[in-house]
Amino acid sequence: MAEDRNFDLEIITPDRVFYKGQASMVEFNTTEGEIGVYKDHIPTTVIIKPGVLTITSEEKKVAALHSGFATILQDKVTILAEIIEWAAEIDEERAKASKERAENRIRQGHEETDMARAETSLLRAMARIKSIRY
Amino acid sequence: MASMRDIKRRRGSVQSTQQITKAMKLVSTVKLQKAKQRAEETTNYFDAMYRTVQGMLAKSGNINHPYLNPSNSSKKLVIMITSNKGLAGGYNSNVIKLITQGDFKREDVMISAVGKKGKEYMARTEYQIVADHSDLIDYPLYENARQIAKEALDLFAKGEVGEIYLAYTHFKNTVSHIPTLIKLLPVEADQNVQQTEEDKIPMNFEPKEEEALQLIIPTYITSLIYGGMLESVASENGARMQAMDSATSNAEEIIDKLTLQYNRARQGAITQELTEIIAGAQAIS
Repeated sequence: MAEDRNFDLEIITPDRVFYKGQASMVEFNTTEGEIGVYKDHIPTTVIIKPGVLTITSEEKKVAALHSGFATILQDKVTILAEIIEWAAEIDEERAKASKERAENRIRQGHEETDMARAETSLLRAMARIKSIRY
Repeated sequence: MASMRDIKRRRGSVQSTQQITKAMKLVSTVKLQKAKQRAEETTNYFDAMYRTVQGMLAKSGNINHPYLNPSNSSKKLVIMITSNKGLAGGYNSNVIKLITQGDFKREDVMISAVGKKGKEYMARTEYQIVADHSDLIDYPLYENARQIAKEALDLFAKGEVGEIYLAYTHFKNTVSHIPTLIKLLPVEADQNVQQTEEDKIPMNFEPKEEEALQLIIPTYITSLIYGGMLESVASENGARMQAMDSATSNAEEIIDKLTLQYNRARQGAITQELTEIIAGAQAIS
């Protein structure tokens, strides 16, 4: 197929435009499970769960995406990310430490522990570690 | 006529005031540049967010969700963004006027204050203040906005407030700042939004609309508050720059006037002295 299989991808955070360019595929984790988006996807709005984001264009780019939502149109994907970081920018030691912290909090299960919060931070730490190892 | 010494002293005092206002103007010019840049960088995110939410509302016309329906409570929460410091012209009082001279009844209003100046005024005029986040306006972060939004949404969810407003200063450009009051909750579809081709494509939601709204609206409100804070900071510095600029030129004017008065007084004193000497000399001869 000589047809162009690329679509526009835009990732915006409150402080900057994180990524803007062409991509042939983008993968990330949503509340409904992990998805991969190609061109001509049916228009959908999805909510993001912490996970690894990979952008496939000429080269592969990996980032840890923590929260936000994505608007998928046939020829354009816009990800409004509250928190996102390139794999290269992540401090692995810190991510491991926060993973352990979150695991301990969940295991001990004190009454005053905010379970939802502990789980989110565990998910975030795992996403960070996964995106480094990718 | 004031004595020469008095005029001189007054001129000295005006001069040192001018030095202060000049320095403040320079400082706020630099701060304005930084704040303006930050505010502009948020615009992208904010615009995309606004389009998405308005698009959702337009497409999913009759979804029923607590965030979209007015609740029974007549209480109104106003998130009010002012500055911690004064000497910024009408910047703070313009935001205050939005609330005190609007359609709000005093007993219905609850204030969530960001910025000491606004908080102090509202406390003095006996408005109910439910939260004070004044420290964070010096350098607002997205995290801060999220916390303010969470508090506001909790109050809304508990039914303690029926509507949430945001009072801030819109940064149109360096010289024009518009005090603005917008309604955050219940979310209303903006009638003025032009429907683009993009908006007409039917959109799927995963999860379903109601759930998606539940998750997106808090993010939307957070981004509005964050944008509001950044624009307000830019406006504050812009307003201060203007105020200090006119203060400096007013001081210049007064100094000119006093210099003229001083020179006249000095000339007058010399003339008088001469007249006296001549008169004395004539008397002797």
